[in-house]
Order: sequence, then C-alpha cells, then structure tokens
Amino acid sequence: MATLSKIATNNRHGENSPYFDGWKAYDKNPFHPTRNPEGVIQMGLAENQLCFDLIKEWISKNPSASICTAEGVDEFKDIANFQDYHGLPEFRQAVAKFMSRARGGGVTFDPQRVVMAGGATGANELITFCIADPGDAFLVPSPYYPAFDRDLGWRTGVKIVPVNCYSSNNFQITREALEEAYKKAREANINVKGLIITNPSNPLGTTLHRDTLESLVSFVNEKNIHLVVDEIYAATVFSSPKFVSITEIIEEMGSNINRDNFHVIYSLSKDMGLPGFRVGIVYSYNDMVVHCGRKMSSFGLVSSQTQYLLAAMLNDDEFVDNFLAESSKRLAKRYQTFTKGLEQVGIKCLKSNAGLFFWMNLGHRLKEQTLEGEMVLWRMIINDVKLNVSPGSSFQCTEPGWFRVCFANMDDETVHVALNRIGAFVSQGKEISSEPQKKKRWQKKELHLSFSSRIYEESVMSPHKNMMSPHSPIPQSPLVRA
Amino acid sequence: MKLLSTKATCNSHGQDSSYFLGWQEYEKNPYDEKKNPKGIIQMGLAENQLCFDLLESWLNKNPDAAGFKRDGQSIFRELALFQDYHGLPAFKKALVEFMSEIRGNKVTFDPNKIVLTAGATSANETLMFCLAEPGDAFLLPTPYYPGFDRDLKWRTGVEIVPIHCTSSNDFQITETALEKAYKQAQKQNLRVKGVLVTNPSNPLGTTMSRNELNLLVDFITAKNIHLISDEIYSGTVFNSPGFISIMEILKERNCSEDTEVWNRVHIVYSLSKDLGLPGFRVGALYSNDDMVVAAATKMSSFGLVSSQTQYLLSAMLSDKKFTKNYISENQKRLKQRQKKLVSGLEKAGISCLKSNAGLFCWVDMRHLLSSNTFEAEIELWKKIVYDVKLNISPGSSCHCTEPGWFRVCFANMSEETLKLSMQRLKAFVDTTINVHNQSNHQSVKNSRRKSLSKWVFRLSFDDREPCGER
Repeated sequence: MATLSKIATNNRHGENSPYFDGWKAYDKNPFHPTRNPEGVIQMGLAENQLCFDLIKEWISKNPSASICTAEGVDEFKDIANFQDYHGLPEFRQAVAKFMSRARGGGVTFDPQRVVMAGGATGANELITFCIADPGDAFLVPSPYYPAFDRDLGWRTGVKIVPVNCYSSNNFQITREALEEAYKKAREANINVKGLIITNPSNPLGTTLHRDTLESLVSFVNEKNIHLVVDEIYAATVFSSPKFVSITEIIEEMGSNINRDNFHVIYSLSKDMGLPGFRVGIVYSYNDMVVHCGRKMSSFGLVSSQTQYLLAAMLNDDEFVDNFLAESSKRLAKRYQTFTKGLEQVGIKCLKSNAGLFFWMNLGHRLKEQTLEGEMVLWRMIINDVKLNVSPGSSFQCTEPGWFRVCFANMDDETVHVALNRIGAFVSQGKEISSEPQKKKRWQKKELHLSFSSRIYEESVMSPHKNMMSPHSPIPQSPLVRA
Repeated sequence: MKLLSTKATCNSHGQDSSYFLGWQEYEKNPYDEKKNPKGIIQMGLAENQLCFDLLESWLNKNPDAAGFKRDGQSIFRELALFQDYHGLPAFKKALVEFMSEIRGNKVTFDPNKIVLTAGATSANETLMFCLAEPGDAFLLPTPYYPGFDRDLKWRTGVEIVPIHCTSSNDFQITETALEKAYKQAQKQNLRVKGVLVTNPSNPLGTTMSRNELNLLVDFITAKNIHLISDEIYSGTVFNSPGFISIMEILKERNCSEDTEVWNRVHIVYSLSKDLGLPGFRVGALYSNDDMVVAAATKMSSFGLVSSQTQYLLSAMLSDKKFTKNYISENQKRLKQRQKKLVSGLEKAGISCLKSNAGLFCWVDMRHLLSSNTFEAEIELWKKIVYDVKLNISPGSSCHCTEPGWFRVCFANMSEETLKLSMQRLKAFVDTTINVHNQSNHQSVKNSRRKSLSKWVFRLSFDDREPCGER
C-alpha cells in the first residue's frame, strides 16, 4: 500500500500546537510603523536584530571574504567544490575560537571536535541520533523551547520526560526534581539516556549558577547518562551573573567525570543574529560521537560559501571582541527599556541576565489559574492588544500565566508602540474588574483573581529590586499593582 | 547500558566500503601536477569542474548578488534572518524553471511542490522518512550510487533490495528483474514501499529508455507503490538519446493530477552535478503529493539551504541568457571530455559501456581479472589504487552483480591530468597482459583459456568499437 509513513502523518512535528497560532495571526496582519500601524507586533520570535550594522560594516570592508566579489572570486571554484564533511579547516578553527571568546576566553575549544549541522535544529536531532535509540528518553527541565519535541523526538523516536521547575525558586533545576523525574521514568520502564538543558535558558533568559551546573554534572555522572547543554544563547548574556559554560565545569572536574557523556550544542543564529545561514554545531567530548556525528552531518552541512565568509569574520579578533561587547550592551539597554516600562504598569518578569526575551508573569490577570485561563488571556493579547507573545503552556510550563516576550527583534520605535499597548491593556484591565460588562467579547465578567492559590506570587521578581527570597511571605495584590 | 545509539555504532553509514577507502588513500597521497606528480589521481569523485569559468564570469558581471544587494540596496538583514522552510520564493521559481529548461521545456514544475534541502543527500533521506517505516524496503536497480546505503538506510531503518541488472542488456531494467526483486523482498518479509532509480544513472552514465520508464510506471501502478526518480545528473546529458524525465512519461500516459499514480512519483534534484556546486548544499525534492510536500517541508528544518546561497543562486538562475548558454556549453564540454576518456581507455585496450550522460564512464575491466570473482576485482582495484595510482570505484561498491566493472570519473580534473591517468593505465595494462600471456602457459581450465585468449585477441585490434559489449 502506497501510504505515507507514520512520521509523515503524525503530529510530532508539533506545528499544530497553539504556539504557532500566534505566528499565524501575525502573518495575516503584521505590524509596520507606517504601512500597518494597527497590525500585530511580533514578540514571539527570538531573533537578535540589534547588531546587523556591525556585521554589514565588516562585510563591506572585507570583500575578499565573499567568493563572489572581484576580490574573492579566485576562491570560488575551490569553495564551491568543497563538500568535505569535516568542514573548511579555517571555519572550524574560527568557530572554536569564537566559542571560546563568547565564554570569556576561560576555556578553549578543539577545532577537531567541531561538527557541523543544519542549524541548532539539525544539531539537536543529530546528537539525539548518536546517543539514543527509538523509545529511549531524555530528561528536559521545563519550561523548555517548544520545538524540542520536534528536534529531539520527531524522526528519532525518542521521548521527552519533563523535569518540572517552579517559580517558587525562580524555576531553578533542583536535584530533587531530577531524581524524581528519573525515578518515575525508570518505574515506567523508560530508558533515560540523558539530560538536555539550555543554558542560558529559553524561555527564562537566566543562566545557571555554578553550583546548579555542578549538581547536574554529578547527577549525570552518577546515573551514567549523557548531558547535552544547548548553549545557543551563550553570547547573549548582558548582565551579571557571568555566564558559566558547562565546558568550564568539565575542565575543572578533570578525571572525576566520564567526558564521553558530555556534549555541547551551539549555533550562530542567536549570538550573531544569522538564523538564515544555518550554522549549527555539535561539540562533543566523545570521540565516537564526533566520528559518527561527522558522517551524519552530511545530511545538513553548512554551505561552503557561508563557511568561508564566517571563517574570515570570526577570525577577525578585533571585530569579534567589539561585536561581543557591543551586542551585550545593546541587549542590556533593550532589556532595561522593556522591564522599566513594564514595571511602570505593574507587570513583573523573572529577573534575567541573558537571552532575547523575558519571562513575564501575568498570572494575576488570569480569571482561572488553569491552562484554559492562560489560553483565554493569550488570545486576548494577540487579538485585542495585538502582540504575539508565547504562552507558557507552549513551553510545558506547569504554572499558568507565564508568557515569553521577545525584545530584540524590533526597532526602538516598535518597542515604544509595544509598551504603549501593554500599558493600555493593563489599564483596561483595571476598568474591567470594576466594570465587568464593558467588553462583551470577554466571556468572564471579572478579571480579578482568587488570591488563595498564587504560590507563584511569592517569587515574582521585580527587575529593579533585589532578588526576593523564594520563601518571602509578602503577598502581592495584582489589583493594587494594576 | 550501552552508551551510544545503535546507529552510532553500526556500519550502516556504509563508509567502511571500498568506495570510501579509495578516497582515504587518495587523501594520504593526492596527485598534484607540480607538488606531487607521482601521487594518486582522483577518478572516484563525480564532480563537474568543467564550467567554473562561466560561473565566475557571471559573478563578475553581477556584483549585487555577491554583496547581499538587490537593485543596489542592501538586503543583508532580510537574508540573515530568513529561515523560512518554504524557501526563498524567487529561488524556488528560478530553480523549477531551470529544471524545466534542462528538460527542453517539455514539462513544467510548480514551485509550490518543491522542497529545498541540504543537498540531494538530505532530499533522499527525507523522502525515506516520509514514505517508509523502519523495516520497509525500496527496490533499487544495481549498480547504484554507494552513498544510497547511507542516505536511504542509516537513520531511517529502511532496507534496500536490489533489482539486478546485467551487462547482457547493458544493465537495463527488465520486468523480470523487477518482479524478482519484489519477490525477494517478500521472502525477506520486507514490505516494499517503492522503487528508486537514478536517471541519468550513476554509475552507468546512461539515460533511461522510454521503454524502461514505462515499465517502471506499469510496475508501480500494479504494485501500488512509490517511484522516486533521482534526476541529479539531468543536466549532464551530452549525447543522444536525450533525457526523458519521468514527468514526461506520466504526461504522455495522461497520468495527470486525477490519477493516483501521479501522487506517487517524486523527483530528487540538486545543483551539485549540473552546476558543479556541491559545497553549496543545494538539494530539492519535488512531489505531486501535497502531504509529502507538507511533511518534507517541515523536515527540511533539519537541513535548510543557507539564505546567502539561495539568494546568490536565485539571481544566477533567473538570468535566462546565462542558463541557456550554461546548459549547452556544459553539455558540449562534458561530451568532449568523455570522448577523451573513452579513447584513452581504448588505447589501453579497455572498453566501457556506451554512455550519453553523467560525469563518469562505466568501464569494463573484466578481461584484466585473474578470475571472475569479486576477490579478483578488489585485487585489481588495489593494484590500480596503490600501483597505478588512480582512485577509481570498483563495481562491487556499487553493488554490481558482475565482477570487473569500474566507475571512472572524467570531469573533475584537467585535460592534462586525464591524459596522464590514461598513460598510467595503459602502462599497467601492457604489463598485465604480458603477465596473463605468461600465465596462459600454465595449466588453466579450457573455458577460461578460451575467454582469456578471446580478450587478448580483441585487444590486438585497433578498430573495434569503443564499448565492448554492444
């Protein structure tokens, strides 16, 4: 029978999830400052658009980095012909150097361990094919990047077992949570092959503390399972605490750990803002994984034209140092603009120091502390406020009311418009709770919440206050703030 | 508990095969005209290096495409951000028009049905993921491209069952061979999901006849299975008979959108051979089945084409003056180059299958084997790699059922290098024939003696046809 495969016809690509409904709304009615000022502002796309000017300037000053310009065309033939899955040596060296610089130069990376893949998307799938069989599972702390379901599980047949994290301790990963998830999986006869974390975190925008990393390393070492750290946002760290890469811990622990279990995923899509160029990297400490991964990279090599350009760019030390510093600065500024604006209207976010987004808490605006309640609010935000933000449920967050809001994919003017809209939405909320009949299309008559079950409130962070203790007894009344 | 996956520790990537071992030897001792004139000449790599001057000249005249500019305006930002798996619309349009042009505009392609992938490698694997479950099988005519063992089987768990073709009819596919392969799959308890052919063929260098193509359509109709036509070499057809695309056949048979079989035919393409750009990783799959297009499009996330490259090539392929000239000039140069290889082989007393396409010839060295076995083939191959210092591909790596055939590439080197390779080969053959002549005096079976002397007899003629078997 000429039917299609199960993979082709199932839903594990995840694109039927509501996460993408917001995108669809945006696609139908995209915001433009002059042509469509009433359109939906895209705040669901974690892109870094803040430093293109620096890259463009470098490209125009370095025409020989392109194999198509008069200055570079002599290399065209050799580069166009180059399909070796080892990649251009100068590209691997440049990537290894960049990875080191993006981590403050504290660790060095071996170019021989750099394996190419089709973006981090391809890299995550590749590492999964290398270390897990169909039916095996990975532990993944929630909330996590929605597309992991596709990248780690769609064609590989591997399962994800979430490790639930809670706002009560700012969503940090605890040893207890790991042990519990692992135990439950084993009881259900699920073969756990590894733990996958994203550091800095998407969607939290936070970096892991050193002791958390050490705890993770000790956990995987004890269980003899793999640790894959997706460090795709490594160079988006814009304030303290300083980023601690897993590679530092690995170096420090020396022979106390089995290095064969450790792998890093990287990409230039976020740090450099080049998602279109499809530069994904698998960096493994396991020789067999490097060997096998390299063969698998045939299915998603980086275009040699792109390798050549980026090799030249990333080998330019002056450019790289300036880029990293400037990018950090601009991200910090953009983050501050947003969080200040949100604070003024009483919206709190998780205190973060990295990433291209913040993790916003609208739990107090939910009519019902449920997934449905979150969906209702979310649809309102898209359709009425006209902002495409990502609901926490799409990240498998167990607490309703959290939203990921991207801030680095728009210009300053749009930031202004977005903040105004949020402000307007919040003040409408005030009116709603006192005049419940005002907006017909809102099914619920009242917006104010029952305060009894807001455990999350204790740990909601104001970005401009010191970190609140996770056990702070101070209740926050959203009505007062709103 | 075992640490890595089964896939990581098995051999299904196929890279322990001789095909790749020859490459490794070449890497250790590569020929260079000046720096290493005694090194191994690479004749195992099906690359098209004959037309880079045309590409470079186009680049010189079109600086915008190089500088991320359109009409003088920078579009760097847009390209840097563009990761839409639907692909750059201008590129898809230009690509399908290019594919159409290669087919003499006898068929047209819909840009909405094409999916861009990281090379044909990725396109083929993606189609397997879409059409088959682990444990299902695809039938492939032998000899076939060694890389298929990796691309079709490795991570997908799909099996390949060979359709055995022989030199008795120039390796054409027959109905008998198809049925035999199907039955063999059933015997092995494998569910056959389709047939995959490469047309023009790698390693044969021949285009499929109308008869063969119709046979295939009949077969997949009867069995209700898929047909994948890997047409990666479609632009390398340099001689008659011309290229007949599977789409043309469907059209002729009035198998249009209404028929079921229409939805079960899929085409794979790439710019790695026709344009000589394997480094750019530009592959594509084309399907008439919307579901396949939809699923494959999502899967292409794992291997999209760099936006930088899509943009450059959309500009290049939209230049119709350029593409028209390129297609005809490419074919002309390939024809000339193939002729040189064939006559060089002739001088060494070696014939090959008469071919009209591809970047290689399917060479008949059966007469040089010490015995009609694959052991003898590998023995001969090792001599050719290590002593003659030519990396050619033994037929066994292509799953050929008859020992003694080799794929020899001709478009990945300069004319001088090709000449040198033929001189080396002739020198080797002359020595080998002398050795054979001597060994004839020893006790040998009559039949073998007869066949040996037949070959020896043949070699002494200067006016025989270039391809031995016809």
